Amino acid sequence: MANRHFRVWRGDHSGGDFKDYNVEVSEGMVVLDVLHKIQAEHAGDLAIRWNCKAGKCGSCSMEINGRPRLGCMTRMNSFDPTATITVQPMKAFPVVRDLVTDVSWNYAQNKRIAPFKPKAPEADGSHRMYQDDVDRVQEFRKCIECFMCQDTCHILRDRGKQSEFIGPRFMIRVAGLEMNPLDDDDRVPELRHEFGSGMCNITRCCTEVCPEGINITDNGIIPMKERVVDRYFDPVLIAARALLGRKKRTKPKGTHEVQEVLEVPRPHEVPGTQ
Amino acid sequence: MATTHLPVLGGHPQGAASTCRQDAWYAGPLATLLFLCTALAYMTWAALQGNHYYADPYLSPLYSPVIFTDLSAAGAAPSWHAWVGNWPAWWPAALPLSPALLILPFPASFRFTCYYYRKAYYRSFSGSPPSCWVSPVSGRNYKGETSLLLFQNLHRYAMYFAVIFLAILFYDAAVSFYRRGEGFGIGVGSIVLTINFLFLSSYTFGCHSFRHMIGGGADVMAGKSGTFRHLRWKFSTWFNRRHMAAAWISLAWVSLTDVYVRLVSMGAINDLNSWN
Repeated sequence: MANRHFRVWRGDHSGGDFKDYNVEVSEGMVVLDVLHKIQAEHAGDLAIRWNCKAGKCGSCSMEINGRPRLGCMTRMNSFDPTATITVQPMKAFPVVRDLVTDVSWNYAQNKRIAPFKPKAPEADGSHRMYQDDVDRVQEFRKCIECFMCQDTCHILRDRGKQSEFIGPRFMIRVAGLEMNPLDDDDRVPELRHEFGSGMCNITRCCTEVCPEGINITDNGIIPMKERVVDRYFDPVLIAARALLGRKKRTKPKGTHEVQEVLEVPRPHEVPGTQ
Repeated sequence: MATTHLPVLGGHPQGAASTCRQDAWYAGPLATLLFLCTALAYMTWAALQGNHYYADPYLSPLYSPVIFTDLSAAGAAPSWHAWVGNWPAWWPAALPLSPALLILPFPASFRFTCYYYRKAYYRSFSGSPPSCWVSPVSGRNYKGETSLLLFQNLHRYAMYFAVIFLAILFYDAAVSFYRRGEGFGIGVGSIVLTINFLFLSSYTFGCHSFRHMIGGGADVMAGKSGTFRHLRWKFSTWFNRRHMAAAWISLAWVSLTDVYVRLVSMGAINDLNSWN
């Protein structure tokens, strides 16, 4: 048993403070265990979102010592024994209470993405997809929707450009559909005009933070940016398509009905919180 | 319980380069800044010299290919090595007679628009952001690569030139094993130039645009129609996973290769080889 010092942000959308807690920590504990102990011994009203305690549900995303982490996967023995551990809610989303944030903006983004549109079946009525092609898009299916990549992305986190960039989590969702050989939809115009692929400046923090080790930048975002280049910026490919009569769509389809949900207030935009 | 009051909801500090991180987050961007500035300063200096870039049979990669050669310069490439010949009379007197100035814009544009280097200099030079979970230095007028930086989308054209340059550097590495009049042999310089070609190949084959163009742009990569495409893509993917390391090592080795050729050409060091 060792006594550890925790600073936990407590508050709601109207404001809050850091509160200090000294907790007895035993071997094998993770940060979420310590927060539960704080709940049990010091602050019964401490709000935390959690579920599986196995790094698979993506619920307990929080910022620990300034870095987004899953509380259930952050072992106490990974810190210096004398260090104070600071725990905060995710910065990119509005605070509901204490460590719980409102991540509903992400669900609104998900609805903006057109669902899988299957190609016509082959002559024998089958839909075939080879294992290597499955493997390429399967990587993106590992996402547990912890939204730490969204919290990490400086475009959303620091610049408040939620209306211009869909974020890394949904860039890889689009990538998983766009690269799928059985998907018949063309998603490139939406990538550029609606989802803001050009806003990403590839600083790769989303890849660094992903608890599932998904190579978001190299395998998801950059391949999508390259497909946008194929369509809009490569003069040779544009000329070749024109000559061969293979025109491709350059304008996005109609606006989706969920656009109004975009305007979820960001933490610093809530009155009285500056 | 003690309480600390912070003005921002969630306790996140605001302002340029502010963060709650407690580690030395600035070490990486600072090292990048120093390394890139050092490499840039050396290469600019070397490119402006216009001399001591050739030591038979070694040609510095910063000067390859030689379009024109100025035979009056010490350590210049011989006429047969220049694609066009001797330096033309119409060349403006104000500009240095350096073959490097004619070719360096191509590899420089490949590196400048590289997806990896973009990360490196966006973080280190423009602080956008300086590091992960550290507030950006610039304000909210961020447009990403949709406005002024739209030209980054032409990276694939810089890549096409880089592939051509690879072929030229392969030739340079191959001829470094052959001295006119003395025949085949091997020297330390031959090995240095060969390693330079290999490092630059590793960097180029891992390029994201290269990976896209040779197969990644297609949805179907496996099966009857795309097996070779999938092999190509896997080949590039192997290098792509090591793109950052290849970017740094190849940049450093190009500079060191020029240093080696320059020192041999100046007579400051002797090249150990089988010819002497």
